[in-house]
Amino acid sequence: MKRLEDKVAIITGAARGIGFSIAEMLSKHGATSIIIDLNKEAVDAAVQQIDDLGNRAIGFIADVTNSDEVASIFKEIHKKFGKIDILINNAGITKDGLLMKMKESDWDAVMNVNLKGTFICTQKVCRYMMKSRSGVILNIASVVGIMGNAGQANYAASKGGIIALTKSSAKEFASRNIRVNAIAPGFIKTEMTDKLPQEVIDNYSDAIPLSRMGTAKDIANLCIFLASEEASYITGQTIQVDGGLIM
Amino acid sequence: MDIKTKVTNLIVEELGVEIGEVTLEASFIEDLGADSLDTVELIMKFEEEFDIDIADDDAEGLTTVGKAIEYLEKQLS
Repeated sequence: MKRLEDKVAIITGAARGIGFSIAEMLSKHGATSIIIDLNKEAVDAAVQQIDDLGNRAIGFIADVTNSDEVASIFKEIHKKFGKIDILINNAGITKDGLLMKMKESDWDAVMNVNLKGTFICTQKVCRYMMKSRSGVILNIASVVGIMGNAGQANYAASKGGIIALTKSSAKEFASRNIRVNAIAPGFIKTEMTDKLPQEVIDNYSDAIPLSRMGTAKDIANLCIFLASEEASYITGQTIQVDGGLIM
Repeated sequence: MDIKTKVTNLIVEELGVEIGEVTLEASFIEDLGADSLDTVELIMKFEEEFDIDIADDDAEGLTTVGKAIEYLEKQLS
């Protein structure tokens, strides 16, 4: 039997990048991945790709910062499947810039999607998980949420916030057998990091003990473990997947 | 079904208590073994069942079965 057989998993921001890898991997392990993202074509393509491998996925278009939208989609998912086992809060954006020159709108945008979106999705899913007395929530944070990063004050603050949100929700939901953990990726090769100058990439790689960038698969692998019963005694933790970047 | 019966049934279902325990004076937390999450879930159940919004300030006051019934009867009249 597959490790996540018959599980229903919602992954936000899953049309591309790390989110897609997570969805692909969850489906490979038997789950039905529900891909949530903003762009319809991208969502359809992602679903198709998983479908082509003979695994299960469906897509929904939603903005995680819109609580009514999230609530109605989660309701629809719950109606269709009768349960929601796993939520992966992955949707995130960057609007980098030095703090001195950071526009308030860039601060707000990043906070809204990354931190508030995680809060909204957690709040809207927990009623279903509480009722069934089981559930797993995984929040994608970042090592910069732990160590900070020049030029990413908004992003780092949002990711640090996600770590604190993870701990608080783990405490609130523990009595209902809902586990909440955060994953802090280090330097992962994605479209987000492809935009960085080569010099920055080289500098980072030099600072990583395993001296290479990670892949989205490295994150997805941890998701499988944390979402499975094998991790049933782990909650409220932030686990770094960073090649040893910070210890 | 009247409001009192509906509320009683919801409490029995949500908190897993015997129907005889659900008296008007019974406190959700003291007498019926609810924790803070249970009380939030219960309020959400009421909102769903009766299709109303219960403000947080109002919800805080609904500590006993009787108070909940009284409140809901007033809201729905």
